[in-house]
Amino acid sequence: MFNPLTTPGESTKAVMIASTTEATKNRRRPAKVNVRILRQDGPGLPSYWERHQVPYEPDMNVISVLQKVAAQSHTSDGKHVAPVTWDCGCLEEVCGSCTMVINGRVRQSCSALVDRLLEATPDEIELRPMTKFPVVRDLMVDRNRLFRSLQRVKAWVPVDGYYDMGAGPRISRDDQERDYPLTQCMSCGCCLDACPQFNKIELQRQPGESDEELQARKNAAFDQGFVGAHAISQAMLFNLHPVGKNMASERLEALKQPGGLQACGNAQNCVAVCPKQIPLTTSIARAGRAVTVYAIKKLFDR
Amino acid sequence: MAGKRVVVVGGGLAGLAASMKLAELGVAVDLISLTPVKRSHSVCAQGGINSVSDLTRQDGDNEWKHFDDTVYGGDFLQHQPPIKEMSYWAPKVIDLMDRLGVTFNRTPEGFLDRRRFGGTLYRRTAFAGATTGQQLLYALDEQVRRHETEGLIKKYEFWDFLGPVLDDNGQCVGAIAQDMVSMEIRSFPAEAVIVATGGNGLIYGRSTMSVFCTGSAASRCFQVGAKFGNAEFIQVHPTAIPGADKLRLMSESARGEGGRVWVPRRANDSRYPKEIPESERYYFLEERFPKYGNLVPRDIATREIFNICVNEGLSVDPTRMCVYLDLTHIPRAELDRKLSGILEIYEKFQGVNPRDEPMKIFPAVHYSMGGLWVDYEKSSEGGLQLGSPKNQTTSIPGLYAIGECDYQYHGANRLGANSLLSCIFSGLITAPGIVNWMQSKKSVETTSSTIFEKAIAKHQMRHKALLSNTSGKENPYLLHQELGDIMTRAATVVRENHQLQEAYDRVLSIQERSKQSTLTDTGNWSNQNVIFTKAFQDMIPVALCILKGALLRDECRGAHFKQAFAPKSLVSQNPSERLKEAEDWCDRFEENSRRFLKSSVATWKDPEPDIQYEPIDTSLIPPRPRLYGLVGADAIEEVWKARAKKKVSPENPVDVKTPSLVG
Repeated sequence: MFNPLTTPGESTKAVMIASTTEATKNRRRPAKVNVRILRQDGPGLPSYWERHQVPYEPDMNVISVLQKVAAQSHTSDGKHVAPVTWDCGCLEEVCGSCTMVINGRVRQSCSALVDRLLEATPDEIELRPMTKFPVVRDLMVDRNRLFRSLQRVKAWVPVDGYYDMGAGPRISRDDQERDYPLTQCMSCGCCLDACPQFNKIELQRQPGESDEELQARKNAAFDQGFVGAHAISQAMLFNLHPVGKNMASERLEALKQPGGLQACGNAQNCVAVCPKQIPLTTSIARAGRAVTVYAIKKLFDR
Repeated sequence: MAGKRVVVVGGGLAGLAASMKLAELGVAVDLISLTPVKRSHSVCAQGGINSVSDLTRQDGDNEWKHFDDTVYGGDFLQHQPPIKEMSYWAPKVIDLMDRLGVTFNRTPEGFLDRRRFGGTLYRRTAFAGATTGQQLLYALDEQVRRHETEGLIKKYEFWDFLGPVLDDNGQCVGAIAQDMVSMEIRSFPAEAVIVATGGNGLIYGRSTMSVFCTGSAASRCFQVGAKFGNAEFIQVHPTAIPGADKLRLMSESARGEGGRVWVPRRANDSRYPKEIPESERYYFLEERFPKYGNLVPRDIATREIFNICVNEGLSVDPTRMCVYLDLTHIPRAELDRKLSGILEIYEKFQGVNPRDEPMKIFPAVHYSMGGLWVDYEKSSEGGLQLGSPKNQTTSIPGLYAIGECDYQYHGANRLGANSLLSCIFSGLITAPGIVNWMQSKKSVETTSSTIFEKAIAKHQMRHKALLSNTSGKENPYLLHQELGDIMTRAATVVRENHQLQEAYDRVLSIQERSKQSTLTDTGNWSNQNVIFTKAFQDMIPVALCILKGALLRDECRGAHFKQAFAPKSLVSQNPSERLKEAEDWCDRFEENSRRFLKSSVATWKDPEPDIQYEPIDTSLIPPRPRLYGLVGADAIEEVWKARAKKKVSPENPVDVKTPSLVG
């Protein structure tokens, strides 16, 4: 994504900007922030560490650190380097773009506040790309597999079409309060990166292989791998919807396959790292019961 | 429709609505987006989406009033037929989103809950917590994924739209785009191209927008001949949380649910907010606008907050400008059920719990009312002729624009919760029009391939030139910072001609300097540096439109405010003198409308825009002074009412009620 430098000039600061948080007002402020970044120039190439140092400002997050790194474009020992590549979007933790591993933990970088991080590691902040997705470059990875999982579980409401047919079904307040948290899933991938059952699948293009052929081969490989907590939760969301449930057996069939629910090892890392605190394990438990009932019914329906 | 494709650029609410509707109509879509579509900026919208509801109808609301609120809110700068159509469609749009599974908040009985929003007295706004844009976008994303699975929609995510392809007749026959990972540039022949690329907040450096809201895609259309309308109308949202990297939006819904804006009456009052008694608090929006209170339209609220801090020196923080937005009096259960998303943002990024302490906020650049000029076809009922290929077409045949990047729906100021509506609405109505467009002409399959090859070559040249310019000395990131600085100081809340002219000249010089950009990444793999540099260079034509449009428009209208041309307040206490002042005020108002109640339309004449004025269709609702019940404006209201009565003719079939100044 773009790395625009957005620190304003002094006069603009006076007019439009900033307020320091109550918490950081009285804290001792360092002059510089040190960061070490695991870089990689392209898929399959070796990775290497690089150190950078940027001026400290109050209320910084890891995004603003990376923006300053981009504008400086040299390492802490003065070597000129290309800016670090990374993904970001909304900068307020609703889009799921900026996932990376910061000080060993997978999270969104926009909400990773430098002041908090420096409390734990005052000397240096460590940035690495997600570990379970192929690296495209530096901190940017290819999360296409995640969206494929949503196709596998048919995560949508099968409406007839988009002509005006009046309102949808009545939904109780309790049901809405149960469902709304599940719709906050922004496909960031934290749950997948933290999951011990989710393994990286990385394919290289074969000589003469077209884009379509490569994607088909990738999809076939992805479909064998674990679909992941996020997809199980989405499947449950749509199985609970009055019209979505018309496809419940298809979703449960998908979860019955290899790479479906049985791949879950109950580590519960997913719910621990979800930035939106989505009750993923509740969905997984619900899915467990539903798939069991479905399998038994299928047995007797023959 | 076999083999025929439509390109949609941009995967936000508008782009996805158009894509899914096209798929339903059997048309294949190539969907190009800078980012995976479910990460589009629409996801940041918080407050809600407007329509008349079964409940508000019984309190006297109707679609005509929603229409009136929207054009009154927009200071009458909109063509009225599209707005009328949108207001009548709004309930159907919300019904559709409901059917798609959006988890709207519900009443105890299970109906859609509604909240109040700015610029209206009715509770029209349907919402999903305080993250409505996210839920709406995800519902459309899910439908598009379904069509993707069935083969009708093909996504090109992490691709940058470089420009439309025009044939020798000036008609759009497709698009050129670049893969942001492999840097490959290729052509996308298409029967029509729809641009749905959102706003241009990045031109201001910091705003409430996402990092890819640069306006560059719209600019690339503008630079090859698409007209650009009302660029100078930039909405500065009254309540945002200042920050180092971004100004984070604090939704209007906070006020819709009862949040109150205030400052201590005494300047530099250093007491904690909780210690300040009610009598010593200045709830300035409530006192100056008793009828609309904290829910006056955004441009008015922003100017009031700005004035309180800049002119009256009542900022609540000694080091920065801000005022209080107080939710502490609202029961926690209510806050959690309706506003948890935005409270979380404040807590996460400021470390303070807004349930216990009032939030500190200040205005921020938020929305672009202006954008690519688009046309429409008026129906005999005064709305839109649905299915007409003229709806949403730019001035380039075959090139359409929808959503925030068009200029059509919000005039001089947008009402809160109307954007989610206009995006989905414009997306849905464009599709049938394009199907008719496709049937009316020769397929683009007959276009010679050399046209596409030439277009690719042109963009390859620009790309290679940037990569090989090692002797340039400008850093595009620092240049962008300069641009943002200039724009923020000269072209946000209060504008002044001398400043605008100076800013314009400085941006022209930045335009020259940007050609000397040197890249720190000259590689050809996932090169974000070169993508950003191109986007930055393309921000400049739009920046020039904003500044020139603002410079030429010597009036105050909606979000565009020049102190030198602000209407004078009534000062006399003597009733007959006051009446005379009001008469003069109304005379000046009418004279000003004759001069400036027009769209500013820009055409690109490299290296500068040329701006002309176009008349506006205000035939359905006559323009009237926009006062929102401002205390002290009663005399003006009386005079205006009397004048309007004289104008209403008995033969007029349109139900023109004597307009009330207070909406």
